[in-house]
Amino acid sequence: MQDFGGAFHLALQLVASGNADLLEIVGLSLRVSLAAMAFSCVIGLPLGAVLAVSRFPGRGAALVALNALMGLPPVVVGLIVYLNFSRAGPLGWLGLLYTPTAMIVAQTILITPIIAALSRQLLEDLHGEYAEQFRSLCLPKQRVIGALLWDGRYSLLTVALAGFGRAVAEVGAVIIVGGNIDHLTRVMTTAIALETSKGDLALALALGFILLVIALAINALVMTLRLTAQRYAYA
Amino acid sequence: MPSDIASFIGVLRSDSRADCRRTLLPLQTEGLTLVSAGKRLVDSIDLTLASDKLTAVLGPTGAGKSLLLRLLHGLISPTAGTVLWGGAPLNDAVRRRQAMVFQKPVLLRRSVAANVDFVLRPKGTAARERRDALLADVGLLERARQPARLLSGGEQQRLALARALAVEPEVFFLDEPTASLDPASVLMIEEIVAKVRRRGTKVVLVTHDQAQARRMAEEVVFLHRGRLLEHSPAERFFSAPQSDAAEAYLAGRIVL
Repeated sequence: MQDFGGAFHLALQLVASGNADLLEIVGLSLRVSLAAMAFSCVIGLPLGAVLAVSRFPGRGAALVALNALMGLPPVVVGLIVYLNFSRAGPLGWLGLLYTPTAMIVAQTILITPIIAALSRQLLEDLHGEYAEQFRSLCLPKQRVIGALLWDGRYSLLTVALAGFGRAVAEVGAVIIVGGNIDHLTRVMTTAIALETSKGDLALALALGFILLVIALAINALVMTLRLTAQRYAYA
Repeated sequence: MPSDIASFIGVLRSDSRADCRRTLLPLQTEGLTLVSAGKRLVDSIDLTLASDKLTAVLGPTGAGKSLLLRLLHGLISPTAGTVLWGGAPLNDAVRRRQAMVFQKPVLLRRSVAANVDFVLRPKGTAARERRDALLADVGLLERARQPARLLSGGEQQRLALARALAVEPEVFFLDEPTASLDPASVLMIEEIVAKVRRRGTKVVLVTHDQAQARRMAEEVVFLHRGRLLEHSPAERFFSAPQSDAAEAYLAGRIVL
């Protein structure tokens, strides 16, 4: 077991030297979480928009369910995906278990409710502002949804970021469906968990730093975009 | 010959538009009522607007002017009563031949040009030319690329007018379009509305500004506490109002 100071020093060395294993883990983490975020946005944003502008019996229950799904436990999602993708499961023939694809699927399931629920709230507020004008123009629902998604694009970036943050920091689901296999499915969070349990704090800390830096950098980027958009009254 | 054909098509088109206008008017409401929280906000209004004159809807605060406009345009549904446009019930097809500008302009989070483009479909060179012409009409062509929400209040309202006019409405509803604007902006908007009116578009204008109503209105609909008290030529309304409430309103006494 290393002392904290030593581990910290080694971690900095790993980051500074551009260690190949480290870069591979970081790269896979970003690929998996960005892909999950993209798929979740494709599903969640239109779903949120439809819920924002639609009125139907049971809408309240649907919203309660969607909000509840935001708190889906990652291990439960991992277990469900595992059961579906395992050889005896209904999707076992796809052979996706212990692959990055399975990890993307698990993270997509995990963050789609977050993106759908947050975008629903945001777009419903925007729709409240536009509704009379849109009704006056007799716009079909698909044009209303398109307009809301476009006009809310800068605010929706924050929603996407929230989803990405949840995905990249998640460990329970990806460790179950990915298996934390070296050079195949090992991502930052699973590697941190593994290295910590082994007592190799340097790699765990290095990955932790990178995770924090990525989170900060993406937040800064989105904040800059939003502030620029606000300055030009586009947000 | 091509020019003859073109002029023939032009005549057909203008006749067709005239037919549309003829079929949209008269507007008739019967027992039009809106009740909310047990209060009759619009109370059994029977109204016929037959001509394409500019109609000003006047009345004190809370008289139901804006609600009446929304009921006529179909933005809200009445509790009771009917709205008929040219004898036909209000539906999307009828509403597409109308446009409305609100007191607070609702502008999209886009450029000035994109706000007009949003209504002009299909896109293309002709649409761009039409958009530029609309923006030129309201004096905003030079600001086409700027964010719409950074315009001044008067400019925003002019943009809202341009966007509404992009649908080539036969009936144009204006809900206090000059409220809280500076005199120069008020004048510009009145000029735009007057030009629209001269083109034969039916304009229904809600206003609190009596001076504006005197300048623009050809007929007046006066509401008080949700009820229609007067519907008369503007000149007669302003010179000899028939109801005590209208007289008090014109005298500047508060009528609630």
